Amino acid sequence: MPLREKNQIMDEVAIKRALTRIAHEIIERNKGVDRLAVVGIRRRGGPLAIELARRIEEIEGVGIPVGILDITLYRDDLTLQASQPQVHRTEVNFDINDMKIVLVDDVLYTGRTVRAAMDALMDLGRPKSIQLAVLVDRGHRELPIKADFIGKNVPTSKQEIISVFVKEIDGKDGVSIEEIVDS
Amino acid sequence: MKFEQRKDLLGIKELQREEIDQILDTAVPMKDIIKRDIKKVPTLRGKAMVTIFYENSTRTRTSFELAGKYLSADTTNLAVSTSSVQKGESLKDTIRTIEMMGFDLMIMRHSMTGTPHYVARNTSMRVINAGDGANEHPTQALLDMYSIREKKGRLDGLKVAILGDILHSRVARSNIYGLSKYGCEVRVVGPSTLIPPGMEKMGVKAYYSLDEALNGVDVINVLRVQRERQEIGYFPSLDEYSDLYMLRTEHLLRAKDDVMILHPGPMNRGVEISSEVADGIQSAINEQVTNGVAIRMALLYMMMGGAKDEIAN
Amino acid sequence: MRLLIKSGQVIDPVNGINEVMDLLVEDGKIIAVENKIESKEAVVIDATGKYVCPGFIDMHVHLREPGFEYKEDINSGSRAAAAGGFTTICCMPNTNPVIDNAAVASFVRDRGRRTGLVNVRPIGAITKKQAGCELAPVAEMVTAGCVAISDDGKPVVRGDIMRNALEYAKMFGLPVLAHCEDPQITRDGQMHEGYFSTYFGMKGIPAAAEEVMVARDIILARLTGGRLHVCHVSTIGALDMIAKAKKEGLAVTCEVTPHHLALTDEIVGSYDTDTKVSPPLRSAEHVVALRKALADGVIDCIATDHAPHELEAKDCEYNLAANGISGLETAIAVVMDKLVNTGELDLEQMVRAFTSTPADILGLPCGELSPGTPADITIIDPELVKTVDPEAFYSLGKNTPFKGMELKGWPVMTIVGGKIVAQAGRVIED
Repeated sequence: MPLREKNQIMDEVAIKRALTRIAHEIIERNKGVDRLAVVGIRRRGGPLAIELARRIEEIEGVGIPVGILDITLYRDDLTLQASQPQVHRTEVNFDINDMKIVLVDDVLYTGRTVRAAMDALMDLGRPKSIQLAVLVDRGHRELPIKADFIGKNVPTSKQEIISVFVKEIDGKDGVSIEEIVDS
Repeated sequence: MKFEQRKDLLGIKELQREEIDQILDTAVPMKDIIKRDIKKVPTLRGKAMVTIFYENSTRTRTSFELAGKYLSADTTNLAVSTSSVQKGESLKDTIRTIEMMGFDLMIMRHSMTGTPHYVARNTSMRVINAGDGANEHPTQALLDMYSIREKKGRLDGLKVAILGDILHSRVARSNIYGLSKYGCEVRVVGPSTLIPPGMEKMGVKAYYSLDEALNGVDVINVLRVQRERQEIGYFPSLDEYSDLYMLRTEHLLRAKDDVMILHPGPMNRGVEISSEVADGIQSAINEQVTNGVAIRMALLYMMMGGAKDEIAN
Repeated sequence: MRLLIKSGQVIDPVNGINEVMDLLVEDGKIIAVENKIESKEAVVIDATGKYVCPGFIDMHVHLREPGFEYKEDINSGSRAAAAGGFTTICCMPNTNPVIDNAAVASFVRDRGRRTGLVNVRPIGAITKKQAGCELAPVAEMVTAGCVAISDDGKPVVRGDIMRNALEYAKMFGLPVLAHCEDPQITRDGQMHEGYFSTYFGMKGIPAAAEEVMVARDIILARLTGGRLHVCHVSTIGALDMIAKAKKEGLAVTCEVTPHHLALTDEIVGSYDTDTKVSPPLRSAEHVVALRKALADGVIDCIATDHAPHELEAKDCEYNLAANGISGLETAIAVVMDKLVNTGELDLEQMVRAFTSTPADILGLPCGELSPGTPADITIIDPELVKTVDPEAFYSLGKNTPFKGMELKGWPVMTIVGGKIVAQAGRVIED
């Protein structure tokens, strides 16, 4: 599927600012960091969650648990895939019962990934609440899901693709909008 | 080749190393699920699998069924008596009937070599070989390899001794095929009547002496001895077999300090393995059972999900 | 009716002919083989570029009738033979009832005659019901047309019975065709024992299972002075013993099948039951030795061991599948393609192994192109390339491991008693 980059909508600095703001919003909403934890959705939600937790610790002076959730086994489109996506480990090495969990992902689109993530999380225990933080909300929801914390709202068409790059995986930070080119 | 592109898992022989890696890697997160409080994921909801064993094996069948249930597949066991093989309905008709019930995957064990291959050719269901004759038992070899990799951190270049009735053992064959793909030095040891021809050509060294065979090995895989073999005259008595080939603590001194003991089960304590060794700190025999479920979950996930035709994403 | 076969390469080892000649047939007999024959009223067959040979003889086939007509019958087997280039076939007695008396033997012979395609010669059993216990009545079976005795399909386990069979058959000048296999060594073996039986996880049948009984039978042939013919020889050890016995002057001969010459045990790895045969397909070193022994004359002749089976007997688990290969319609092409075309077997030797040698062993009045002999002729096109398609077989047995194989060198015409019975692989209907 050939892609053409249309333009960059966030650079490294913009991402940093957005994460700092979201960190403040999370602390404010939860009135501190008591029983608070962040859980990133593999893959790019992982580094973002770690980054958010670092900022929260900087602000509050208290560390909070961070986890990474692999939602592959909870996806609702497995029967549509020609071959099965590789499953990775879920690394939530703390008890989530009664915790306030902030799920973190890079892009909120149809809402299906978040649905899967909530199911995956529920199978690990019974959190007190689940909140959602995303770097980009591009609209086109197919499920009744809404983000609590948003880095940037980006109206898109369905032909467009939002690509988030994070240093740990892609070697750079940034968000760009790309378009599918008819081949 | 990606493993999911295969319709069936019939043997380790035909797998490439990359496919084995892929299966072992997938089993890692699966094992996490088994250790959770809620041991269930919705992945294979709406998929149906059937186990059909023409040879008794409660543990392998249970392991497959549980793996399916943990992944939310519907699992059924088709009870077949071993005697029905030779009379009545042909195997082909049995398979067709099962297929028409709507199963997606069949797990088959059969005492006759090549039967899962025959079945696989005659059905659109996916087929996993759970052991055919003296040929292959791929899931056992995969779980053995998983156990070794988990403990040793690698498979490459290890020295592995397989001890016992090699002639009739599908576990031995599947392990030989799998470990050879990682450059392991595989040795077999047992009475000369139970070591088949052609070992050297397979790159395997055969020993009759337990002490010699165990020199410097990283892993010892002890095979179950079937009592029936004595009656057909492969060895004079189980007593003599134990005298010569039962793995005891003193034998382990020959092996590497961190030698690991495997046994596919069920064990005959005091025949092929002493209780001290079976229950000792070097034994991974219990862990193998858990790993067996994880490996089978990985395979079911990789083989049962997915669309029949490629759908763009 | 006159038939003039023109400009073919006539290969007649008995008369030392191997050159382009014409051949004239009249009233079912060969009239002349000469450089240029002109004959106005003859039907002319242009055999340019083809081999014109004495009619091929298959001294080892299973026609299954009476009793197993769902596998093959004398009619379908005869048609398979005609299409496959054979003019004479000798059928084994493991039918139901067994050919162990004059009544069944003459039934088979007469049924063959009525089919009117190829010469069908019955082989009588060594023991009653092939049970291995009592000798079958040889004299009456000879009267009914039996050309040899054999318990093929089953070894004669008892040494005393085999001894007596060799001794008794000697009176009639009959060879005893021996299926040499020690059933206890074979036990439930499924394929040749060796590297591949280990690799494919199958119970093996060691070469020794055959060799043990070849040894016994040669010793008994020496003791009795009887005529021993070893069926479907397949191992190095058996060949060594047969070569020695021949050197010693014993009346020992043997045959080899096309599949043992062409295939190795490696193909069993497909778990395709069409590869299951007794004796089993051997490993490469045995195959090399068989080819050499055929070229050296240690092996006397080629016979198909044509063993047709119904689909159900092969469409099942490997261990439960019947032994056997349907061979009549591929034999010549397999030998041409795998041995003659590769230069391993001299063309004349190939013709001899299919014609005059089996005729000598069984005392049949054929196997040569001498004027005055019956006009049984096989014409081969050495350039014809075809793919083996079992569905096109006349034989009811579609069981062949050669299916889908492209082979070069096929029979294109079969003439029996001066009558064209098959052309271009198809039987000529009356």
